Amino acid sequence: MSILVIAEHDNKILKGTTLNTVAAATKISDEISLLIAGSDMDSVIDEAQKIDSVNSILKCDNDIYKNALAEDLAALVLSNAGSFTHILAPASTFGKNLMPRISAKLDTQQISDIISVESDNTFKRPIYAGSCIATVKSNDSTKVITVRSTAFDPVECNNSGIEISEIDALETSGISKFISEEIAQSDRPELTAADIVISGGRGMQSGDNFHLLDSIADKLGAAVGASRAAVDAGFVPNDYQVGQTGKIVAPDLYIAVGISGAIQHLAGMKDSKVIVAINKDEDAPIFQVADYGLVADLFTALPELDSSL
Amino acid sequence: MKILVPIKRVVDYNVKVRPLSDNSNVDLNNVKMAVNPFCEIALEEAVRLKEAGKVSEVIAVSIGKSESQEQLRTALALGADRATLVETDTLLEPLSIAKVLKAIVEDEKPDLIILGKQAIDGDNNQTGQMLGSLLDYPQATNASELNLESSTVQVTREIDGGLQTLELSIPAIVTTDLRLNEPRYASLPNIMKAKKKELNIIPVSDLGVDTNPRTELLSVELPPSREAGILVETVDELVDKLKNEAKVIQ
Repeated sequence: MSILVIAEHDNKILKGTTLNTVAAATKISDEISLLIAGSDMDSVIDEAQKIDSVNSILKCDNDIYKNALAEDLAALVLSNAGSFTHILAPASTFGKNLMPRISAKLDTQQISDIISVESDNTFKRPIYAGSCIATVKSNDSTKVITVRSTAFDPVECNNSGIEISEIDALETSGISKFISEEIAQSDRPELTAADIVISGGRGMQSGDNFHLLDSIADKLGAAVGASRAAVDAGFVPNDYQVGQTGKIVAPDLYIAVGISGAIQHLAGMKDSKVIVAINKDEDAPIFQVADYGLVADLFTALPELDSSL
Repeated sequence: MKILVPIKRVVDYNVKVRPLSDNSNVDLNNVKMAVNPFCEIALEEAVRLKEAGKVSEVIAVSIGKSESQEQLRTALALGADRATLVETDTLLEPLSIAKVLKAIVEDEKPDLIILGKQAIDGDNNQTGQMLGSLLDYPQATNASELNLESSTVQVTREIDGGLQTLELSIPAIVTTDLRLNEPRYASLPNIMKAKKKELNIIPVSDLGVDTNPRTELLSVELPPSREAGILVETVDELVDKLKNEAKVIQ
C-alpha cells in the first residue's frame, strides 16, 4: 500500500492540517508521498521537507496552481495518482472542494471527514451533525479520503532530506478563472489551530458586542468564533462559524458565550478538551457538555472575566 | 437560460437522530422529513435569477423514494417550474447520485446547476464536485454571492479564513453556503398552484447508470458522551478552576 497526501498551503506557509492528514496516513501505511502544487513556494517546500513519516515529495511549481483551482489541481493529482492505493487531503474547504473531483474521475466513492482509521479499508466518520458515528468499509481499489484534522494529532517535523521529484504541470482547463481573494487579516491564531477559542452566540445581541470577546481573546491568545445563529443574525462573518456547516475545532479550552448549544453547534466543538459555558438560561443544552458552567448575564460576566485575566 | 436544482429529502434539522438498537443504521422510523436546507438555498437562488429575468426555467430534480415527491411539490410551491423524480428504493451514494444527475443534465442541458454544498444527513459534501468532474464543468463550491452573465457566472466562495471570487464559463456547477440568501416560505396560493405543475417520475433503471454501492455501512453508534461538569457561582471561581484545576490558562 502507498499513500498520496495532498498538501494544503498558501504558497508561503504549509497549513497545519497537512500534518494532521499525514498523521492519519501513518495509520494506514508507512509509504507516504506528499504532493505539493503551487507557485513560488520555496518556503512551503522547506517546511515540507521536515515532515516526519513522509518518504518523498512530488513538487509542481507553476502559476497554474497558484490558487488551487479544483479543476486544474484535480487533473494534476489524477495524472500522478498512478499506483497509489490511498489519496488523502484535509477535510478543510481546500480538500472538500478538490477531492470529490478526483474521486469521481477514478470512479471511486470518496470517504469524507474520517475521524479514525480502523484498517486500510475501514474508517469511522461522523454523520447527522455528529449525532452518530458511522463505520464505513470501502470496496474501491483506490480510496479517496478527507481527514478531520482535529481527530489526528499532527506528526512532528524532525525529518530532513526527503527526496523531491519535480512533476510536470498540465494545461489549464481554462473554464475557471481566479478573480480575487479577501483573507481576513488578524493577529490572532486561526480558529482551527488555536489552543483557546472563545465563541459568541445569539445572546451577544449585536456584532458590536463581540468586542467584549475580542479583548478577552487578546489576553488569552485565543481565536474568536461564533454560532450559526450569530452568523445568520449578521453579527460576524461566516468564517467565524463553528459547527456542522462551519469549522470543526478541538482546542484545549472552548468558551461558549451566549450560545444555547444546538446539536449543529456542538458538532463543531464538543471534542474540545475543556468546555466553559456562560449563559443566563440555566436550561440551555450547552451546560450538558460544559465542564464548567456559569449561569450569568454575559454583559456582566464578560467585563468581570476580562478584568480578572 | 435554464437552471437545474437537485433537491434531497432528508431528516428535518430539528430531529435528534439516534442509531437503531442493533446499530445497523440510524433510526429513521416516524421522523419528520424535509428539504435539505442547503438545497432550499439553491432553489431560492435559482428562483431569484428567474424573477430577475436572467433565467427562463427552473427545474427541480430529486433522486430517491416515491415519498420524495413531497419535497418536489415543496420545490414547485417555492417557484420551480417543473420537477423530475428519479425513483429508487435504495439510498444511493454520492457517486451514483452524481452519475444519475449527469444523465439528467445531458438530457435537459441546463446552463447552471445549483446544488446544496452538503446534505445534513450524510454530511459528505461531494455531489456537486463529483458532477462537475464527470461533466468536465467548472465548479464554485460554498457560494455566498452569485452574478450570472450571458456566458459566465461570477461566484464569491466562503473559504477558510475569508472569501474567494471565481469566474466560471457556462455551463457551470455552483454549490450553496448559508449566506447566499434567505429562502422564502411557500404561500398557500403557491402551494395550491404547485399541485398542478408537472412532476415527472422516471425509474432509475431507465437511465442505464451504474448505481452499485462501493461502500458498506458496518455499524452506526452514538459518539462518546461527555461527562456533565459543574456549575460555578462566580467569574472568580471560574478563573480559579481554569487556572488551578483544568490548568488551561495561566
